[in-house]
Amino acid sequence: MRYVDHDLVVKRMGGRKIVNYLFKGLFMLATTIALLALAILLYRIVTQGAGNLSWEFLNNFASRFPEKAGIKAALIGSLWLMAVVAPTSIILGVGSAIYLEEYAKKNRMTAFIRTNISNLAGVPSVVFGLLGLTIFVRALSLGNSVLAAGFTMSLLILPVIIVAAQEAIRAVPNELRDASLGMGATKWQTIVRIILPAAIPGILTGSILALSRAIGETAPLIVIGVPVIIQFLPSGVMDTFTALPMQIYDWSSRPQQEFQAVAAAGIIVLMAVLLTMNSIAALIRNKFQKRY
Amino acid sequence: MTTISPVKTVKESKPKEQNSPKKSVYLTKQLNLWYGDKHALKNIDLDIKEHEVTAIIGPSGCGKSTYIKTLNRMVELVPSVKTSGEILYRERNIFDANYGVEELRTKVGMVFQKPNPFPKSIYDNVAYGPRIHGIKNKKILDEIVEKSLRGAAIWDEVKDRLNENAYSISGGQQQRICIARALAIEPDVILMDEPTSALDPISTLKIEELVQELKKDYSIIIVTHNMQQAARISDKTAFFLNGEVIEYDDTDVIFSNPSDKRTEDYISGRFG
Ligand SMILES: Nc1ncnc2c1ncn2[C@@H]1O[C@H](COP(=O)(O)OP(=O)(O)OP(=O)(O)O)[C@@H](O)[C@H]1O
Ligand SMILES: [Mg+2]
Repeated sequence: MRYVDHDLVVKRMGGRKIVNYLFKGLFMLATTIALLALAILLYRIVTQGAGNLSWEFLNNFASRFPEKAGIKAALIGSLWLMAVVAPTSIILGVGSAIYLEEYAKKNRMTAFIRTNISNLAGVPSVVFGLLGLTIFVRALSLGNSVLAAGFTMSLLILPVIIVAAQEAIRAVPNELRDASLGMGATKWQTIVRIILPAAIPGILTGSILALSRAIGETAPLIVIGVPVIIQFLPSGVMDTFTALPMQIYDWSSRPQQEFQAVAAAGIIVLMAVLLTMNSIAALIRNKFQKRY
Repeated sequence: MTTISPVKTVKESKPKEQNSPKKSVYLTKQLNLWYGDKHALKNIDLDIKEHEVTAIIGPSGCGKSTYIKTLNRMVELVPSVKTSGEILYRERNIFDANYGVEELRTKVGMVFQKPNPFPKSIYDNVAYGPRIHGIKNKKILDEIVEKSLRGAAIWDEVKDRLNENAYSISGGQQQRICIARALAIEPDVILMDEPTSALDPISTLKIEELVQELKKDYSIIIVTHNMQQAARISDKTAFFLNGEVIEYDDTDVIFSNPSDKRTEDYISGRFG
């Protein structure tokens, strides 16, 4: 006796195919809705903001008058912020990842730490803002400086960088470690010469994506008390500053209709920065295709 | 019973042996090893001579890899490992507290089952060992790289592509790059754990010929699943079973006139 009745299979095939097409259509619809929403958003921002984009806009400080308002302080401020966040978070993040993956004994304690690092990545950014306010702004009296904000943002993205770096390090095959150690290399030599070079594409990609999150974050900056109307550029990490999302938030919350267009222009600048960073990440990913 | 007669003649080296007995390179005394509760090596006694090829054979899981990895203490990378007994390498116990593993591994190179070149150029692969041991001079490195690649019989195949990634060549060539990489630290002993099991017959043959060549300058300990290979290339053979050494003798004795029934059964393919 046969278990698969081929006549029956043929008879029921029609229904199966309909279900098949139905789901294909459903998923296409979902994708279309998402893309459509994105397209509308982009269209509105570009049509609203493009008119305000000019060299003056990039080169002017904030102003009460929409036609004179510029984004210089915020753009340069964001760059200053990155100059603190990038080294702080990458050094701490990669260091922690190396410790957890290569040195720490695999026991309950480290397993606990590992899961909680991933959990930390899900903590709302406002909470990190409060932490930064307590520790950096007040306890260490750094005020609302670039340094205080940079450290706060570093804490915020640290878990993401640690997890990305851990994954990149874990993806390096053990055979490579064995080969290096088997030739009399020390653990440190193996890490520096074999593991990190192999893991660097993954580490950089993860770090850049984390940094682009830090560039777009507003909540921690508001909590720390980063000002908006600033008529000078910071000349060091101890100076106060403002950042792109703060500036955009301020413009968009003003009553005058003209400032909505200015805010849209600010968003275009912010998106340009983010797109650049993400393309760099994609470039790195493609350039260092893994060979093992 | 079908016994495999060794192709190569051990007799050539016999007269010399009688004049001056070969020195031991590794003397294992009452070695025991546990992975947690699992007793993987039991009271191993082995006297491995220099300038010989010593083959280690036995069924899967009998402890061949464990034993060979103990010889350069790579086995200690598994956190649960405990050992007792002694392994004297050139008369010094490698388990001594003041014996540095890095020092030991500089004298004892290892070639693994799966070719594992670094994702670097062929040149950088071979130069890796000398570099970590502090050699920076480009001319000296060039010389070492050429000498090692010649020693591994692959110089002619790769001399024009030293800067290409080591993954751009065939598996058999990669394995010879790995051998060259091991030679570059100018070791005394080379450990090989099934170096040809991932390779095609022609690459295997090349590596077998190479092993014959290398034993003039090095002592070689090779794990193999392939009985014909053990018979072809080794001087001595140790038969492992369930973590014990059942029999250890000249290869032609093991393959033509084993004294233990279990050895005979294994080499005639009756189990394992
Ligand atoms: N990391 C480990 N942890 C626990 N047990 C292990 C570990 N590695 C090996 N063993 C056990 O020790 C025994 C010997 O293993 P080993 O790898 O030395 O065998 P082998 O003779 O090399 O086998 P094969 O021919 O399959 O490579 C096996 O029973 C194996 O299950
Ligand atoms: Mg093995």
